[in-house]
Amino acid sequence: MKKELTCITCPMGCQLTVVDKNDDGNFEVTGNTCKRGPKYAINELTNPTRVIPTTVVVRNGMLPRLPVKTAEPIPKGQIFEAMKAINQVVVDAPVKIGDVVIENLLGLGINVVSTKNMDRC
Amino acid sequence: MIYDIVILGGGPAGLSAAVQAKKDGVENILILERDRELGGILNQCIHNGFGLHTFNEELTGPEYAARYIKQVVDLGIPYLLDTMVLDMTDHGETKIIHVINEESGYMTIETRSAILTMGCRERTSGAIGIPGYRPSGVFTAGTAQRFINMEGYMPGKEVVILGSGDIGLIMARRMTLEGAHVNAVCELMPYSNGLVRNIVQCLNDYDIPLKLSHTITFIHGKDRIEGVTVAQVDDKLKVIPGTDEFIPCDTLLLSVGLIPENEITVNAGVEMDNRTNGSIVGELRQTTMPGVFACGNVVHVHDLVDFVSEEAVLAGKGAAKYVKGTLDTNVTFTTANGDGIGYVVPQQVAMKNVEENVTFYMRVRQVFENKVVNAYIGDQLIATKKEKKLLPAEMVNFKIAKEVLEKYPAGEIRFVVEEAQK
Ligand SMILES: Cc1cc2nc3c(=O)[nH]c(=O)nc-3n(C[C@H](O)[C@H](O)[C@H](O)COP(=O)(O)OP(=O)(O)OC[C@H]3O[C@@H](n4cnc5c(N)ncnc54)[C@H](O)[C@@H]3O)c2cc1C
Ligand code: SF4
Repeated sequence: MKKELTCITCPMGCQLTVVDKNDDGNFEVTGNTCKRGPKYAINELTNPTRVIPTTVVVRNGMLPRLPVKTAEPIPKGQIFEAMKAINQVVVDAPVKIGDVVIENLLGLGINVVSTKNMDRC
Repeated sequence: MIYDIVILGGGPAGLSAAVQAKKDGVENILILERDRELGGILNQCIHNGFGLHTFNEELTGPEYAARYIKQVVDLGIPYLLDTMVLDMTDHGETKIIHVINEESGYMTIETRSAILTMGCRERTSGAIGIPGYRPSGVFTAGTAQRFINMEGYMPGKEVVILGSGDIGLIMARRMTLEGAHVNAVCELMPYSNGLVRNIVQCLNDYDIPLKLSHTITFIHGKDRIEGVTVAQVDDKLKVIPGTDEFIPCDTLLLSVGLIPENEITVNAGVEMDNRTNGSIVGELRQTTMPGVFACGNVVHVHDLVDFVSEEAVLAGKGAAKYVKGTLDTNVTFTTANGDGIGYVVPQQVAMKNVEENVTFYMRVRQVFENKVVNAYIGDQLIATKKEKKLLPAEMVNFKIAKEVLEKYPAGEIRFVVEEAQK
């Protein structure tokens, strides 16, 4: 098996080539600029995951929305399910970067965390 | 009181320049920001992917901004929020900055040096002449980004996006995640104007069609948008008759480019470059007006904030040198864009100010494969940059070592796209 893909880990967007000579899961990755490339490629072919950046409702903050993200990438197939769960959440300012907004999202063992410091006002 | 350095704009460029100038020993610095918080446009860019190589961590826009805001606060650099700069006037030794502040009203601020970091703004539908009315439901992608991510207001449910710039691509995904249906992203050119990674993770992940060589020929609806007519264009960008298709929608997002925000710069009399729509700058981002520096999107539109921060460090250093009287003003080289290259920044280099190397930022005019960018002084090839693929959407950064440049007393450094030589 041979596959071409773009590493999306960073904006360099390296064009990766993955070769699995004997189709036994022994992947050989070329085209990467850094070591994250092969990790991404193998992950993408075996269990594609994504970080979900989105927002939740925040009360008493400078703005009505607080940006959040999944602290780790979650399986691609569960993105919309995750969005549904995240959209239920309402938090109260003040909030700090890294504060946990949802613990153990969908039982994945991954938290949803704040990505902004928001003072109370 | 006369400030040493006043910074016009508190986005990533302004913050990073302030931090550098302070580290270089300048005490009297002030940042002016019209918004209610520091961080610039990054506050609305809530997606991840920022600063991976700077911080070795994948950050979202607000997180990236917060790193710099923290440095500004920790270093005790003062800033004024809700303060709009109206004008800057040159008085030789000092510059006068005219501002309106929410509390104090109109005031003037005097400074020896100024760093311009006002960023850029989006082109609007007025800037592109699509026939039809201008009904509600037509937004720039960045406006929609601000509405959704900061105000929590969804512009609509059935979406068409014109232009494949990164903000448009990011918004295609964002609106899909929030339950909207994105019918298509239409791009006039035969290639995307966004980063490949954004095509992959924002469009392909969600099966959103990217219609290359397509444009919108009519906006339907009078009060609220009801749909658009989309048609294919040929290689001369002319509409091909019979290819039009009606796509119903309640929202049209425009992602058709950014323009540096330079009214203040132009009015002050700083010399501009019509290729970048920004000011002409040197290696430390000095403009042609002594004491005035510029960096970030106000100089040329960067696709990545990482490069903005990098460039801002230069401006911070330059302004610090100017304040201390150690900035050399003798221009050694000018730069020029040859075949295939749209622009080059910096436009001038004063070698005495160069530490180890000079990074030249440039954009190619079209997609090139298996070509190189060559740098010449006269007919002497001085450096080559290899890239598997050169895309107009991805800025080329071309580093040339000081030793290489020092071999030449003066002249023009010309960048051209050429065949790779074996
Ligand atoms: C809508 C949009 C989305 C983007 N998304 C991404 C992205 O996802 N990833 C990425 O890497 N890059 C993105 N960019 C590019 C981004 O602009 C740069 O990464 C970076 O934010 C530019 O920094 P800057 O400081 O030059 O400009 P800005 O961030 O625009 O900051 C300029 C600051 O100056 C202030 N200002 C302007 N005029 C005045 C005035 N007259 N008086 C006082 N203050 C003033 C503004 O309020 C603003 O805070 C995006 C750009 C835009 C426009
Ligand atoms: S391989 Fe490394 S440098 Fe290339 S896109 Fe992936 S993370 Fe970025």
